[in-house]
Amino acid sequence: MRLSIGPIQYFWERQRVLDFYQQAADSPAEIIYLGEVICSKRRLVKPEDWFAIGEELKQSGKEVILSSLTLLEAASEVASLKKLCANDSFMVEANDISAVQLLSKAGRQFVTGPSFNIYNGRSLKLLAGKGLKRWVLPVELGLATLKDLQAQRPEGVETEVFALGRLPLAYSARCYTARSLNLPKDDCQFKCIDYPDGRLLKTREEQDFLVLNGIQTQSALTHQVLDQVPELKGIGVDVLRISPQFNDTMKIIDIFYKSIFNNDIEDLYDNLLELLPVGPCNGYLVEQAGMDHGPQQAA
Amino acid sequence: MELVCPAGNLPSLKAAVDNGADSVYVGFKDDTNARHFAGLNFTGRTFEKAIRYAQDRGRKVFVAINTYPQPSGFERWKKAVDQAAEHGVNALILADMGVLDYACERWPNLNLHLSVQASVTTAEGIGFYHENFAIKRVVLPRVLSVNQVAHVIAGSPVPVEVFGFGSLCVMVEGRCLLSSYATGRSPNTYGACSPGSHVRWEETPDGTDTRLNGVLIDHYGEGEKAGYPTLCKGRFQVGDHTFYALEEPTSLNTLSILPKLKEIGVSAIKVEGRQRSPAYVAQVTAVMRAAIDSCLKNPQSYQPREQWMRELSGVSEGSQTTLGAYHRPWQ
Repeated sequence: MRLSIGPIQYFWERQRVLDFYQQAADSPAEIIYLGEVICSKRRLVKPEDWFAIGEELKQSGKEVILSSLTLLEAASEVASLKKLCANDSFMVEANDISAVQLLSKAGRQFVTGPSFNIYNGRSLKLLAGKGLKRWVLPVELGLATLKDLQAQRPEGVETEVFALGRLPLAYSARCYTARSLNLPKDDCQFKCIDYPDGRLLKTREEQDFLVLNGIQTQSALTHQVLDQVPELKGIGVDVLRISPQFNDTMKIIDIFYKSIFNNDIEDLYDNLLELLPVGPCNGYLVEQAGMDHGPQQAA
Repeated sequence: MELVCPAGNLPSLKAAVDNGADSVYVGFKDDTNARHFAGLNFTGRTFEKAIRYAQDRGRKVFVAINTYPQPSGFERWKKAVDQAAEHGVNALILADMGVLDYACERWPNLNLHLSVQASVTTAEGIGFYHENFAIKRVVLPRVLSVNQVAHVIAGSPVPVEVFGFGSLCVMVEGRCLLSSYATGRSPNTYGACSPGSHVRWEETPDGTDTRLNGVLIDHYGEGEKAGYPTLCKGRFQVGDHTFYALEEPTSLNTLSILPKLKEIGVSAIKVEGRQRSPAYVAQVTAVMRAAIDSCLKNPQSYQPREQWMRELSGVSEGSQTTLGAYHRPWQ
């Protein structure tokens, strides 16, 4: 079982991004996904920068994947996607069917991301025939379905599970960060840079509920599957994905790395809880509401 | 431009047909479709009657089988496809790749439409479904501006259907998990958003709270009319402000841009609302029929009539309407 670092979902200062991947190079994560997956206006790190970061990480021995934009709207975004899918240096994570079409037509292997809908074995098999190398379980699916899908998984296809991070829940034409500041999307002033873990949305009785991240809506709670690592290992999950947060991502990676080799996770779990911005949830994996936090061994 | 109207039961289907729908879309009484609500949808004899009523009058019937089956339920989706096909429906509206693959293989002569729940926003994406499953039509998500729709149509290998009126999803359809995050049930997995089983209305000393699985979606003061707690249309706190952080209770209404939709080559206009009453279906169908006819007859001088707008506002969420993402400033 290996660890991956998912694409950064937020808009961070350029230097912060460069520093982050410098640290990632020395981390036990073996697979690193790079690129802007939320908003095509975020360009502090340009496509050529991502390639340069990727080359460096490759030299550190990492498997590097370039992630594609999740919701495509403008013609310019499709044009960028075509360039990305035609690159001959790195495999691409398809976060939308357009990328799958471009990559499969080009005869290239690909990964599908957590917001790409693969809910059954027939879809998995069909995509394997198109070049699917690895798929990320859609985040709303639970262990029972994952087990069924593992049993139906075509040979050679790897399974990755979104193991830690605020959940990607929805995408819209509307920029909610701009809306929350009373700015139009076309004059957003790139305000999402002020919210490097997203902007918290609470209910009217102060429950931390969601997070606004540009056109994406995330969970306020951080999804974590630390308790289920032995079980996920047991059913042959190949990769656990850590989705970057602004602080302490490398510490989190260390915790998950230890969990792969150590079934006694009680201390690790306590350490993990201290690092989450608001708190944990794991409901999706244990067949409950996503915001729930199911029974855990460490409690 | 074809007018495609919703029906959650036989009276609604008759209302749609009688008021001028070219096509009516329906679903079966289970989680194979995205309006899986108690007391709604079709089974056996009623389904047969519905098809006969529409087709005898020269109208088409589409069946939405547009949720995403997991392995344990896949057989149910196959049965739904078979049942619709055996009854001679005019098209299936499908979202899941596995279901499309099955339908295409088992019923090669049946028309397949790509549901809005497939979340496809580009000509390349449409190309995937066209090449692999020979889809005959695509329904676009409500996230594109009019210019973006025009661009997709220009590159699309199949005719394009767009939403013209009804409750507005503000998230790209098929990839919105807000409902399952709060309740465990989403449109993809269960066929319902913000399901009634998890809704609670609570009287409080100063008004009404609406909750979804315990989460406070909104609070209404005395005299404020409490709305259904659809998750994306509640009032929340962001920073120091309490407001409709995602969207207000409002419905999509495209009457003012019908000539533009025609000009860019939209093939069909869809009305949302299989969960609504026969009276809603009758009223919206009649207005849309009149408007489309007027627009097709003379697109240059077409103007939405005040009465149409009033009637549609009357059946809209929060009694207000919007152009949604079609209109850039909304975004």
